[in-house]
Amino acid sequence: MTKNVDAIVIGGGIHGCSTTLHLCLAGVKPVLIEKDYAGRHASGVNAGGVRQLARHIPEIPLSIRSMGIWEKINDLLDDDCSFESHGQVLVAENEDELAVCRARVAELNGLGFTHEELIDAAELRRLVPAVAETCPGGVVSRRDGAANPAQTTTAFRRKAQQLGATVREGVAASNIRHRDGLWHVEAGSESFAAPVLVNAAGAWAGKIAADLGEPVPVETVAPMLMITSRVPHFIDPVVILRGRKLSFKQFKNGTVLIGGGHLATPYQDRNETVLDWKSLATSAQTVFELFPVMRSAAIVRAWAGIEAKMKDDIPVFGPSSRHKGLYHQFGFSLHGFQLGPGAGAVMAELIVNGGTQTRVSDLGIDRFHPSRL
Amino acid sequence: MSVAPKREDYDVVVIGAGPAGLAAAATSAEAGLSTLLLDENIGPGGQVFRAISSTPVTNRNQLGADYWIGADLVQSLRASSAEVIHRATVWSLDRNLDIAVSICGASAFVRAKRVILATGALERPFPIPGWTLPGVMTAGAAQTMLKSSALVPDGRTVIAGQGPLLWLLAAQILRLGGRIDRILDTTTRGNYFAALPHAFAFLSSPYFAKGLSMMREVKAKVQVVSGVTELAAFGDGQLANVSYVAGGKRETIPADLLLLHQGVVPNVNLAMAAGIEHRWDDLQLCWSPVLDGSGNSSVAGIAIAGDGAGIGGANAAIVRGRIAARAAVEALAPAAAAKLAPMATLRADLAKAERGRVFLDTLFRPAPQFRIPSGDTVVCRCEEVTAKDVLDSVAIGATGPNQLKAYRRTGMGPCQGRLCGLTVTELMAQARGKTPQEIGYYRLRAPVKPITLAELAAVPKSEDDVKAVVRG
Repeated sequence: MTKNVDAIVIGGGIHGCSTTLHLCLAGVKPVLIEKDYAGRHASGVNAGGVRQLARHIPEIPLSIRSMGIWEKINDLLDDDCSFESHGQVLVAENEDELAVCRARVAELNGLGFTHEELIDAAELRRLVPAVAETCPGGVVSRRDGAANPAQTTTAFRRKAQQLGATVREGVAASNIRHRDGLWHVEAGSESFAAPVLVNAAGAWAGKIAADLGEPVPVETVAPMLMITSRVPHFIDPVVILRGRKLSFKQFKNGTVLIGGGHLATPYQDRNETVLDWKSLATSAQTVFELFPVMRSAAIVRAWAGIEAKMKDDIPVFGPSSRHKGLYHQFGFSLHGFQLGPGAGAVMAELIVNGGTQTRVSDLGIDRFHPSRL
Repeated sequence: MSVAPKREDYDVVVIGAGPAGLAAAATSAEAGLSTLLLDENIGPGGQVFRAISSTPVTNRNQLGADYWIGADLVQSLRASSAEVIHRATVWSLDRNLDIAVSICGASAFVRAKRVILATGALERPFPIPGWTLPGVMTAGAAQTMLKSSALVPDGRTVIAGQGPLLWLLAAQILRLGGRIDRILDTTTRGNYFAALPHAFAFLSSPYFAKGLSMMREVKAKVQVVSGVTELAAFGDGQLANVSYVAGGKRETIPADLLLLHQGVVPNVNLAMAAGIEHRWDDLQLCWSPVLDGSGNSSVAGIAIAGDGAGIGGANAAIVRGRIAARAAVEALAPAAAAKLAPMATLRADLAKAERGRVFLDTLFRPAPQFRIPSGDTVVCRCEEVTAKDVLDSVAIGATGPNQLKAYRRTGMGPCQGRLCGLTVTELMAQARGKTPQEIGYYRLRAPVKPITLAELAAVPKSEDDVKAVVRG
């Protein structure tokens, strides 16, 4: 028997979970269908960066919207998500890189965005005392920080369930079709029908979009991360480099997360990734040079999460250009975690109110397919 | 013996120089395949033949005749062309058969056409109240000290648990003049009846007579309490007392050292990190790799031999090593396989070596209260998570070991769940009324043993990576 609900959300990453939660808050009864479990892939195993810094301009409004939610995340979820706000710092390693930073901040200021601030060598040293003496400055976004991704995604799922969402984990959504004004989706032995369908299936979303006649230029990638043993506290903000692939974060317990976007080989059908240790060695070497205190730390684990990366590096977000009641929310291209809370809120507004005050129009799928609706 | 691997590519790389690895490497090299044997210890032998070429123990009776079988295996390996590297810790293996190995603080990468994993067994966790106190250690750790340094306990010593290795260790300690005050046998009484139907096979196995005489030897010298149903260690920052219940009666005795042992389980860490499929073994109560008759795993090119393939003991391990190596030879150099023992003979040898195993597995199947802790008993030592913490997380939605990380950081510390994994799986299975197979296991990842950042930074990198400047 088909169960009728108000909305069907496919994908239990932070985006699917956040949208499900915000739909519940708006009085809508959604079902969330996740083929593994909430946070199994990129949403649960990413670097946890809560970053407005260095974002593509089209997604900055969404990022700012999200930041406001992050700062009150405990009120929303009854879980602090281990969110900490010590800023994020982009380090310029030479004068050329600093010049690029200067131009970028000027551009943002011209557009009315003030969250990125140019800093000189002295302020950089104050924020990140351990950084090499030769770095001339950089950019800081002071409200940024980091959270625990698995804890956060789980908390969104849990709260959504408490507010009445139906959550199905361990069953893949299949046989997705639009009939008589309703979206029909099968999940294991059950089938659901709703006027609204949200495609938030991460690395699996591109196929869903293509099957529904809206193919987009997307690939599956698996950015790698490493975590070290505990070292004495030496750094508060999240640090990313302007010129080299590195992001760097020390947790309260002393462990240090090293990322930066080197890629593993994804085996999407098997939920598996094979790490590229020679690339990870490059990250290790960069840390070795910049932070001598880290040299004797042990690498405890390395991993990679499977996610979708768009050719233009910005997400597909908003209504379908082809089907009524279909919404896309995927392709966050290695920087979707911070956007999760805000994107869920905005998506619920689009679905329930038919519009939003947050500027997301540059993120729509109509950049690939002119709207036929 | 060399320091770094001589080549980047090998026909066969064998990981682990215990009975299975020694036999596999010798067989593969004898057939003319380029063979590299990587082993973590300072010399060959693994656990069962530990320090076989260097032990200070010279009286052969003290360690038992079985121990010295290892010397013959080492002999044939040394006569072969296999390249052998000790103190070599393999910290990554993937489905492309790329291997990362740390040797004396420097890492190298090698690639194999076939990999034979012979990483053996680990002691099963024994999470009783107080098991993390200083003064409580595993019997295996005590045996390591005994074999490599002839060190035996001289304080008030209690041995608790069950299984063939427990009796072997007790006998070895006594023969070397060590002290044992009491043995607390936790074998479940019902297991004797359950094991009975398998007793005939065991009676005709080589383990029977040896096991019986060893138990007799130990019982003549040490007070043995059987039917122990509860066990706890107490002390203020250091073990002071061991408390137990046997036959419904509680007793508390002072102790300086408590050695715990309730059998061994396959060491699955490297195999799981390589993506090899494992299944829950309901008899041996552990994860075992899914293998075909030649030891081939679900990942093409990787075979598993020895106790890592499912606990079978040293004699079975030797044969499994030969079978896996023969299969590799058949695949890579079919003509050379003719000079090796035929597969049919090897399989017959294996059946013989495995005879009686079901009896042992059934008899020494550990009782639930010694595998599945409760209350304040620590489960995850690295992050100090108790059984109650795990159950509380299950109550608010944690469904398996990987999900539990989001609640309690279990398995996220230095050991990465390699010590608490079985306990967490069984505890969550019990709490959720599911089978361990349904609950699953931690996703294990490389590095399987930690390496330093400096060591990783020093490995050779490709040109492209050095030049890459795009940040994702």
